[in-house]
Amino acid sequence: MSYRRFKERAIGIFFAGNGVVVILLLLAILYLLGQNSWPFFKEVGFLKLFTDNQWNPTSFFGPIFGIRPMMISTIMVTAGALAIAFPLGVACAAYLAKMAVSWEREILKPFVEILAGIPSVVIGFFGLVVLNPIIARIFGLSNGLNVLNGSILLAIMALPTVISLAEDALTAVPKSFEEGSLALGATPWQTLWRVTLPAAKSGIAASFMLGMGRAIGETMTVLMVMGNVLAAPGSFLDPGMTMTAVIAIELGEVPFNTTHYFALFAVGLVLFIMTFLVNLASDLILNRFQGVEK
Amino acid sequence: MNNNGKIHEKIGFLIFRLAMLIVVAGIVYIFFDIISKGAGALSLEFLTDRPRDGMTGGGIFPAIVGTVYLILITTFVSVPIGVGAAIFLNEYSRENLLTRLIRMALRNLAGVPSIVFGLFGVAFFIQYMGLRPSLLAAGLTMGILTLPVTVTASEEALKTVPASFRQGALALGASPWQMIRGIVLPQALPGMLTGAILGLARAAGETAPILFTGAAFFLPFLPNSIHSQFMALPYHLYILATQHHAIAKVRPLAYGTALVLLLLVIILNGTAVILRAHYRNKMRRGGI
Repeated sequence: MSYRRFKERAIGIFFAGNGVVVILLLLAILYLLGQNSWPFFKEVGFLKLFTDNQWNPTSFFGPIFGIRPMMISTIMVTAGALAIAFPLGVACAAYLAKMAVSWEREILKPFVEILAGIPSVVIGFFGLVVLNPIIARIFGLSNGLNVLNGSILLAIMALPTVISLAEDALTAVPKSFEEGSLALGATPWQTLWRVTLPAAKSGIAASFMLGMGRAIGETMTVLMVMGNVLAAPGSFLDPGMTMTAVIAIELGEVPFNTTHYFALFAVGLVLFIMTFLVNLASDLILNRFQGVEK
Repeated sequence: MNNNGKIHEKIGFLIFRLAMLIVVAGIVYIFFDIISKGAGALSLEFLTDRPRDGMTGGGIFPAIVGTVYLILITTFVSVPIGVGAAIFLNEYSRENLLTRLIRMALRNLAGVPSIVFGLFGVAFFIQYMGLRPSLLAAGLTMGILTLPVTVTASEEALKTVPASFRQGALALGASPWQMIRGIVLPQALPGMLTGAILGLARAAGETAPILFTGAAFFLPFLPNSIHSQFMALPYHLYILATQHHAIAKVRPLAYGTALVLLLLVIILNGTAVILRAHYRNKMRRGGI
């Protein structure tokens, strides 16, 4: 092999190596989560994590590591966020894609993108100082640090994801579909509901899943506004503590290589798997969508 | 169509308009609140002094410096690997198993919760590699977190270089690497810069990954090496907002910190957007 060809091969392999690093990093994250959770599963047991209904690592009667209360918190706050962000986001997307004139779109789209850039800690601060007293006053509570507050903030954070993906999906619907519908005498409203939205449903479903993934994994906002009480919330007006918040608070306090420390990695592993499955689902939906388009 | 249906339709479209209005009003309100209340705290002293009197006075200079150092280290980690991976994905390979795996890994990495990166940072950089909680450990952790942003933006930049440029270079006898170095990279550079800046903005605002990998509650001095702990704007805001013993008293300082952080992130994101628009226009005028 000539020097030049050798050099070209080496450079190609070097760039491939950079790509491989990305794969290795993901595997390393999964491996280290598993490795550090393993002592916990061995000592306490995998099932115990889900069957115990209390998380009390420093209990006088022996530590209890039940993930259920914080999982309920996470699921509730995520569901609340999607209940707000999904209808609102799809409505905005429909407005941007089908109703807005071009100068409106030019202004509104970057505007929504700015929202995506606001750091989560700033959103959390806003919830703490602005939403907190408002919620307290409306519902007559002593404070507004509860699941509802977290849901509203997570909805704000999920909105840009939902809007931009749903808008892409709506814009991708071929013009001929709509023109056909209109030519047959359907009104714009009927066309939107019976032609455009159904044709874009995969992309819209994917926007739902990605918004969900973002909400499940969010840490700082929910840490700041949900009151951090380690009991499963019974309603949206109860405080709660999500899986992310438990890790954020307790990892700084526990000594390395204790059961409690390993338990936090087990929580991280469950969190990783949850977001992985949600993202996988959105991937599958999008792939099917592209398959149909072709 | 009957009259009833028309009214029905009008109301329907009105609701969509209303939804957009609600979202816009919400964003404006958040900005208005933070700018109006944060502006009062801003002063030269606030930006250039260190926190004083148990963080109830003084400024946030160490937090600004810490965040700038952190995002610089993040860039050094994330940009070379990110650009390299993007070059491989876009220039060296057709779609095959390896590229599919890389893309899958990137999408998953983008979806990993930021607190899990914190766990990874502790387990890998601090426990396994034996680093102290420091700028280096936090920067490495944050570098991995921003990798998907950098790769995606770099790939997008490479895609804007027309295939005819590559074909021309290859036809003239250039080797693939000569073509990439001489033709493709110079063309794609501004776009890659955009990606790097977007990564910076992301790193500047993240808190969870640095909680345990190097961010400090309070330091009376600036970090003097990459092995020092550091103060960071988002962590400082978190402390002032929730962990301080005199929360009401430090509220104006918290607002000031929030405003500085918000401005920093918006300036970075804005620069990236303007750069991208400028670059796209230039490409279009280039008459391809």
